[in-house]
Order: sequence, then structure tokens, then C-alpha cells
Amino acid sequence: MSADQWATLSNTSFSIAVGLYSLAVIAFCAELAFGGVRQADPVRELVGAGGPVERPRPPQDLAPPPESDRGRRYGALAMGLTVLGALAHLTVLVARAAGTDRWPWGNMYEFATASVLVAVVAYLSFAFRAPSLRHIGVFVMGPAVLCMVLVGLFLYAEAGPVVASLRSAWLAVHVSSVVLAMGLFFTSGIASVMYLVRTRYDARVLAGDAPASRVVHRLPLAATLDRTAHRIAICAFPIWTFGVIAGAIWAESAWGRFWGWDPKETWAFIAWVVYAAYLHARATAGWRGRPAAWVNVIGLVVMIFNLLYVNLVSTGLHSYAGVGN
Amino acid sequence: MTTTAPPRPAAPAGPPSPPSLGRRVAARLLRWWRQLTAMRTALMLLFLLALAAIPGSLLPQRSLSQSKVTEYFRDHPSLAPVLDRLYLFDVFGSPWFSAVYLLLFISLIGCIVPRAVEYARSVVAAPPPAPRHLRRLPEHTELRTTLDGDAALDVVEEELRVRRFRVVRRTRAHGPELSAEKGHLKEAGNLLFHVSLLAILVALAGGKMFGYEGSIVLTEGDGFCNSFQNYDTYSAGPLVQGSDLGDLCVDLRSFQATYEDDLTAASFSADIDYGPAGSATRDTTISVNHPLRTDGDRVYVTGHGFSPCFTVTLPDGTEPATDECRPFLPTETRTMSSEGVLKLPDLGPGQTDQLAVAGFFAPTGVVQGGLLTSIDPRPLSPQVAVQVFRGYLGLDSGIPQSVYQIDQTQVERGRLVQVGSANLTAGESFTLDDGTRVTFTGVREFAAIQVSHDPGQVYVLIASIGIMIGSLAMLLLSRERVFARAGPGAGGAGTVLSIGSLTRGSGETGPRFQALTDDLQDALTTRAADGARRTTTPATSPDGAEHAEPEAPPR
Ligand code: HEM
Repeated sequence: MSADQWATLSNTSFSIAVGLYSLAVIAFCAELAFGGVRQADPVRELVGAGGPVERPRPPQDLAPPPESDRGRRYGALAMGLTVLGALAHLTVLVARAAGTDRWPWGNMYEFATASVLVAVVAYLSFAFRAPSLRHIGVFVMGPAVLCMVLVGLFLYAEAGPVVASLRSAWLAVHVSSVVLAMGLFFTSGIASVMYLVRTRYDARVLAGDAPASRVVHRLPLAATLDRTAHRIAICAFPIWTFGVIAGAIWAESAWGRFWGWDPKETWAFIAWVVYAAYLHARATAGWRGRPAAWVNVIGLVVMIFNLLYVNLVSTGLHSYAGVGN
Repeated sequence: MTTTAPPRPAAPAGPPSPPSLGRRVAARLLRWWRQLTAMRTALMLLFLLALAAIPGSLLPQRSLSQSKVTEYFRDHPSLAPVLDRLYLFDVFGSPWFSAVYLLLFISLIGCIVPRAVEYARSVVAAPPPAPRHLRRLPEHTELRTTLDGDAALDVVEEELRVRRFRVVRRTRAHGPELSAEKGHLKEAGNLLFHVSLLAILVALAGGKMFGYEGSIVLTEGDGFCNSFQNYDTYSAGPLVQGSDLGDLCVDLRSFQATYEDDLTAASFSADIDYGPAGSATRDTTISVNHPLRTDGDRVYVTGHGFSPCFTVTLPDGTEPATDECRPFLPTETRTMSSEGVLKLPDLGPGQTDQLAVAGFFAPTGVVQGGLLTSIDPRPLSPQVAVQVFRGYLGLDSGIPQSVYQIDQTQVERGRLVQVGSANLTAGESFTLDDGTRVTFTGVREFAAIQVSHDPGQVYVLIASIGIMIGSLAMLLLSRERVFARAGPGAGGAGTVLSIGSLTRGSGETGPRFQALTDDLQDALTTRAADGARRTTTPATSPDGAEHAEPEAPPR
């Protein structure tokens, strides 16, 4: 295939991915809205794996209600569509790489596209292992679709070669790890947002003024959301650390110093400190639970700011070609 | 096979006496220290550090670009001095930023030292005794067996030792019990991580104290030696003396920039000769991403551009400038159109006979309506649009001036007057009113060269590796404790094993505990069956006498 054909394939795949993701969002919505069982079902899903293990259980009325067959079908459909969408999404990047003969993160368009893919794949792998996480699908895939649309509209850059300073093996090492960590942090942040929604709802149910939201009730248990957020963040933190170190090593050979408080470096540092604070908060009395989750949400905001503002508005050595200044 | 736990020291209890002043001060200091080193304080300081870094990315910083700061002062003449007094243009060197991270690091020391001591103690000490109520542990279960208590605990010990736990057996008031522990590496990782943070700060500070950086613009054919007078700009740590600079000279032989079809810059590379003063004879090529590293100094190409060359011939035939090249500053990187000036202060005896050839350079020039523009960054058809000024350049006026511009104040005062202008291609010349001839002889490339020296950076790298390894160990490993206690079964028949576990760290603990108890149940059943076959005594014998022969765990 010629470079032009690869470029076309990449662009077509982008549209297909957005389309499939949008359908997946609709299916996730349908699962959440219509997946409940009408009358109270006596058969409850066991929390543990049975056997002699006894664990503290949540109050019965907080546990998500069981799911109807219809709900499960919608859920399976949503997951299927997301997987297909992710394959198309992967094709966007692979075709870019094939057409340009370089790593497919040479500009903001490719970088942002790859980050969203990591977020989707991270979500998928957790949702396959813990099916209750399917119920936050719309809250992960919704933002993912929104990001893709914005990326496609505002950050699009033609397939092409990259500038001299990006021609280095460190592009692969540094940007890959940063993309990976970023996608994971996004997913973790969304889990924390859902945790905040869920705990607020739980507190109101226990206080007796239940708003009786079928949708929130069907979210995973607060503890599951919190644990998911923490576990993803724990994976992402060393990857982010590595990405920053790799960036510093690259900067030492590309720009003459390993650290110079360039805006992008500053925000990478801020994000790192905020996530260290999140991990600390999880281990500090009085900060577990909602306060820690808020710190993770701040981390999410910092990440988004880092991706958009620093690349598009401020000037610095990092600004990718094709957008911004 | 089992170790016995050392006796725990009793808490000293003395009658309270009224504290002396000294003791009160000490107590107050101790309280402050405790507060400073609490996790909660560390958390607040981490937030403060993140917050304190923000203005450094939103406002222009002197360390990044002095010209942007100057511009900011021009655009906000009343606000800028106020911000400047708050160090907002030097955030990362400001007293308040330093205060935050120094406090954080003091807090860090206060946190590491006790933890390191604790860690050292726990490595040699036995796992702690089982808590009174095992059911209150996060994971807990009860197993029934026909074996007696000690035999059942033997089975548990075996299973745990296979899983690389350290095991202690004790007999206390509530019956025989077992404590097991593994995962000290997690704690070691945590210590390594936090110690490496300290190390990185020290290495950074050392690098700043003893490091320096100089930059210079070199036209092909020129060279320089490593000393502060020679650099266009330089910065050095407070402990650097001029004589400390490495003995290094660099000559730029040639420079090449290559471009893709769509004019994306593909590579910049400079062929240089380098070596100690007087014998700069080793040659190499440096380029973006590939600096020269030699004896602690690093030499980079950080930019490039063009140096147009001129010959100026006076009416009497003398040539005050022969093929004299001056770097012109690129004003647009896409087309490399550039601006600069050749200043000739020593033409005649008088101060007013000075000459300046100022101009605009286009590597691939096109003239439209008399105006020269560049359409390509490659020097395919170099052209200059020059204006020649005669008069007083103001070089000795005491006010420093740019080497890329003439001094506009002299023009405004009428002491520097434009005496001619022309568009020239390479080889062309034009003549001024007095017969002076200016020839555009051609163009060479220049490279912006930076020499850096940072003795701390190797240590920063080592500390970073420590941070990496430490964070992996601390985040991905977990520390597990398992406790078991044997009690009589219902109605005095058999044994009930109460087992609980406590895990610190990530990961699903439920499935792992489940797997452990499943294996234990199997082992207990097998062992009970073996025992029943081997002895004629019923396995439920209340005194368990046949168990005097201990079973060594399989290794
Ligand atoms: C200066 C005072 C500090 C104190 C008192 C402190 C204390 C601690 C403690 C006790 C833990 C163990 C938590 C656990 O195992 O769950 C911990 C973990 C950690 N610390 Fe610190 N630390 C300090 C500074 C820092 C700094 C400056 C950073 C990084 C910027 C940092 C990053 C971390 C991280 C990422 C963890 C892992 C948390 C986890 O295990 O989930 N610490 N710290």
C-alpha cells in the first residue's frame, strides 16, 4: 500500500471507531436503563466466591440489583461494540505507523488518539474481569467518544514525517510510556468520579432520603470503584515515573539539559506530585475514601490540562508540530 | 524449625512529675517535629509543592527566556514589578518554592529514619503474636480437622513455608498459635523510593552549584575555546571559578541541514574538530539528539541559521572587510528568512566614518514588488536586501547593543544615516555615493553551539533508577501476615483452626487467601487420613501423644 492509502485507511478507521464507540455508548445506556429486574428477585449474586470465606457485606439495599437477561444482552452487545471500536482505533495508529514509517505519536493528534485507546483498553480489561464495572461503561465511553470527536475536529494533522528532534529511539520509550500512563490515569480518574457519585448516593440512601435513582443504584459498589481506581493508579504511577525519567534522559541529549522547567516538564512534575499525594492519601488516616478520591480527580484535571492547555496554548520546547503556535 | 519470640518489653510506668522549663521546651519541639513528620503534613506539603509550581508554567521565567520576561514587563508595566518582587519570574529558584521542598524533605527525613530503624528491627525480629480476635482480620476462616492442635498447626506451617513465609509458633493463653509473615521487600522498596528522593535533591543541588553552561553562535570556519569571555551568553553555579572550565576548543568545519519534501527539518548536523587548546584535532559530527560528550563537558547543536558574507571596498581600493560573514538571526524558522548586520567601526580615523551593512537575508529569495521574501529554508537562491548606514555606530557609548541590529537611537539622533540600499544575489555588488563598493560574496551556515557541564547528572540518574525500582517494589509487592490458632472442636472432638490474614499493598487478597485455605483443607484431610492409617490410636486421641515425632516440612 502507498503512504496515501495508509493515510486514508487511518482516517477511515478513525470514523469507524467513533461510530462503533457511539453505538457502544447507546448499548451501555440501554443496559443501565433497562437492565433491571422488575420485581425483587430473591436470588442474589454472592459477593464472595462462596465457600467458608466470610467477608463483611454491604448493606443489602446498597448492593446493585440483579440484572435481567435483557440487561445482560445489552451489556454483551456494548462490550462487543467497544472491542470492535478499539480494533478500529488500533488500526488508526497502525496505519499511521505503516504509512509514515515511524512511531504513531509524532504529533498531538496521534498522541491524544493513542491515549484514548489506552483508556478504552484499560477499561475493557477491567470490565471483563469484574462484570459489575460494565455499568460504568457509559461514563468511560461517553468521555472517550467526546475526546475522539474533539481530537478529530481540532487536533487533526495529516500523516507526515516528524521534525529532526523527534527522530530518536527515545520517542518510542518516552512517549509510549507517557501515553500508557495517561490512558490509565484517565480510567482511574473516571472510576474515582463514579466512586464519589456512588458514595454520595449511598450516604443519602442510608440517611433515608433516597433519591431512588435506578441508574446510580446499578453502579458497582463504592468499594469496587475505589479499589479499581487505586489499582489502576498503582499501575500507572511507576509507568508515569518511568516516562518522566525517560523524557529527562532524552532532553539531556536533545536540548542540552535533563530538566529545565519547560511548561510541559513543570506540569508532568505537578501531575506526578498530585498522584504521589493520591497514593499517600490512601494510606493516611482521615484521607481514605472520598478525600483521596478527590485527589485522584484533581490528578485527572491536571492530566487534561497538561494535554490540552500546555500543548495548545503555552509555548515551550514540547509543542508538537501541526497545532498551536 | 520454629523460633521463639523474644519477650516484649513492658512499658515503663513512672509517677508523673511537674516538667521543668527545659523539658517543656523539648516537649514543644518534639511535638512540632512530630507534626512536621506526620503523613498528613507530608500530604499538605505535597499539595503545596504542586501548587507552587503552577505559576512557573503560566508566567514567563527568566531561566527559560529572558526576552519573554522583558516582553512581559513591556506589556504589563505596573503589574510586572510587583510579580517580580514575589519572585514570580524565577519561581523555581524562589525562596518560597525552596521553602516548600526543603520542609517536605525535612519531613521526609523525619519519616524515613524511624521507618528504616523499624524496618531493620522487623527484618531480624520474629513476626508478631496473633491478635486476640482473628475473626476481625480482613480475611478470616475456620477449618475443622480431626488432627490435634499441634499437628494441625504443623500442617499450616508447612503450607506457609512452601509459600516462603517466615513462621513462628507460640503457645499463649488462648492455645497454640502461629504467626507468619512475608513481603519485607515492599517495605525496602518504600525506603529505597523515599531515600532516592532525598538523593535526587542533593544531586540536583550539587549539579547547580558546580555546573555551568555557555552558548555561542559559530559560523562555518570559526572556532572557540571554553572560557566565559568567549561565550555569547553563559550561566554558572556559585562555586564555579573561571579556571575550573574544562580545557576544550571546538572548530566548526561545516554544518548541514536536510529537509523532507514537505520542508520538515529532517536533520541538523555539525562537523567539528575538538580537543584541548592548541590541538583541537579530533573530528566528529554532532547533531540534534547526538551531542559530543567529552570529559564531563557536553557540546550540543541547539540551532542554526545563515551568515551572509560581504566584501566592502573603499574608493581608495582598501578592503576593510573581505568576505566577512556575520550570523543573521532567523525571524521565521519555516523559510529561514533572517535579519542581521555587519558593523565596520574602524574604517577611518574619525568616529563618524563607521559603516553598517544591515539587511534581510532570504535563503531562497523571490522579489515581489521590490520586496524580498524567502520561500524555502534551503539556500537554493540566496539573496539579501541591504541598507548601508554611515556615521556613528555607538559601539563605544557604554550601552550594550545587539549584534543583530544597528543602534536605532543613533539613527533617530541623525548620527547614523542610511546612504544606500539594494537587493543583491550572490556575487552582486553595488556602489555608494562616495564610491564605496559593497559586494554580497555568498553565504555560510552558522550553528548555535552550547557547552554544558553538570557534575550532578550521573547521580541524578542513579537516584532516578532508585526511585523507579523502589516504586515498583513498594507498589506492586505486598506484605502479608497470616495468623492461625488451634482450638478444641465442638464438643471436644477434633480441632478448629482459626486462620486470618492481613495484607498491606495492592492486589486481590480474597482469591489468594481462598487458595491458601483450600490447600490447607486438602493437606489437613490427607494428613488426618495418613495418621489414621499409620497408628492404631484414633486420630482424635485427646492427648495427641503420637505426635511427639515432629514432621519436618518438605524443603
Ligand atoms: C516527606 C514526608 C513523607 C512521608 C512522611 C511519607 C510517608 C510515606 C509512607 C508512610 C508511605 C507508606 C504508605 C503505604 O505503604 O501504604 C509512603 C508511601 C509512599 N510515598 Fe511517601 N512520604 C513522604 C514523602 C513522600 C514524597 C515527597 C513522595 C513523592 C513525591 C512520596 C511518595 C510516596 C508514594 C508514591 C508512596 C506509595 C503509597 C502506597 O504504598 O500506596 N512520599 N510514604
